Amino acid sequence: MKRGVFRRCRREMPGLNTAALPDLIFTVLFFFMIVTHMRDVDPQVRYQVPQGTELQKLNHKSAVSYVYIGRVTGAPVDSFYIQLNNKLATIDEIKAYVEQERSQMSSEDQPRMTVSIKADRDVPYAIISGVKQALQESFALKINYSASKK
Amino acid sequence: MFARRRREMPSLNTTSTADISFMLLIFFLVTSSMDSDWGLPRQLPTPEDYTQEQEVVVKKRNALCLVLGADGLLTCNGESLKMEDLSKRVEEFVANAKNDPGLPEKSKREVHLLGLCQVSDRHVIMIDVHPDATYDAYFQMQNAIVQGYNNLRNQLAVRRFGRPITACNAEQRDAIGMVYPQRISEQTISQEGGAR
Repeated sequence: MKRGVFRRCRREMPGLNTAALPDLIFTVLFFFMIVTHMRDVDPQVRYQVPQGTELQKLNHKSAVSYVYIGRVTGAPVDSFYIQLNNKLATIDEIKAYVEQERSQMSSEDQPRMTVSIKADRDVPYAIISGVKQALQESFALKINYSASKK
Repeated sequence: MFARRRREMPSLNTTSTADISFMLLIFFLVTSSMDSDWGLPRQLPTPEDYTQEQEVVVKKRNALCLVLGADGLLTCNGESLKMEDLSKRVEEFVANAKNDPGLPEKSKREVHLLGLCQVSDRHVIMIDVHPDATYDAYFQMQNAIVQGYNNLRNQLAVRRFGRPITACNAEQRDAIGMVYPQRISEQTISQEGGAR
């Protein structure tokens, strides 16, 4: 009798072996670390890029600078703002921005420096052409009109 | 003897490693973005070209004047044109397959890999955009022009190299780019285009 009770106490619940679980999750983690890149800019303007069919993927992410043009929450619908880095800017500041971005790039990235314009569909062309002219004057001649696939 | 056999190796409790790596994973998911950036690449001319204000005389047959109005309507050589028809129009204009005297001149030139062929190196697409036109209209126009060029280049690649242009190597692509160079000029604001 006594012996039987003792034996029953020693029986244990078979546990799932979770030793490999951390490895699995680490694999997923590494996957995400490789395919993503750190978000260095907080978009303050809202924009919806146009749709196109003849798009190319932007390579050399380290050689790409961004110019965002879009609406700001709270501002009137038909007023558009330019965002460089993390703050709103004017067209005159683009030159300084390009210079600063260029100086931060490595020497092999500098010749292939590309400025990607992420602009809302409804932005009037006057703003775009102003940005283009500023880029041209600062010798950032490779540009890219950011768009989504149709 | 019996007691010694039942003794087990004490092991480290690793249950929480999974939780720790989950937290790392979530941190990376939040701080990183996966958006791959697609876009229409363009090359701006150097500012010298722009300031020199060179007056280029372009023969009427060599020019395709596109005017984009404030309302997003497109005018092509004085006639209104739908945006959907623009790429076809560009294709006909650049290729001038039948050597029509009303369409751009072509010159015979020796092209690497392709040999002697007719090169459309005189045509100019002139773009004039109203400042109030939307970016979307402008972008659709650019997209249609590039589509026209790409269709032509693709046809040539299939004909000569037996594969679409995306499958060609850089040398073949350069050769095709020589035959159909993109010559686009944005007259009022800046000149855009280049030899690609």
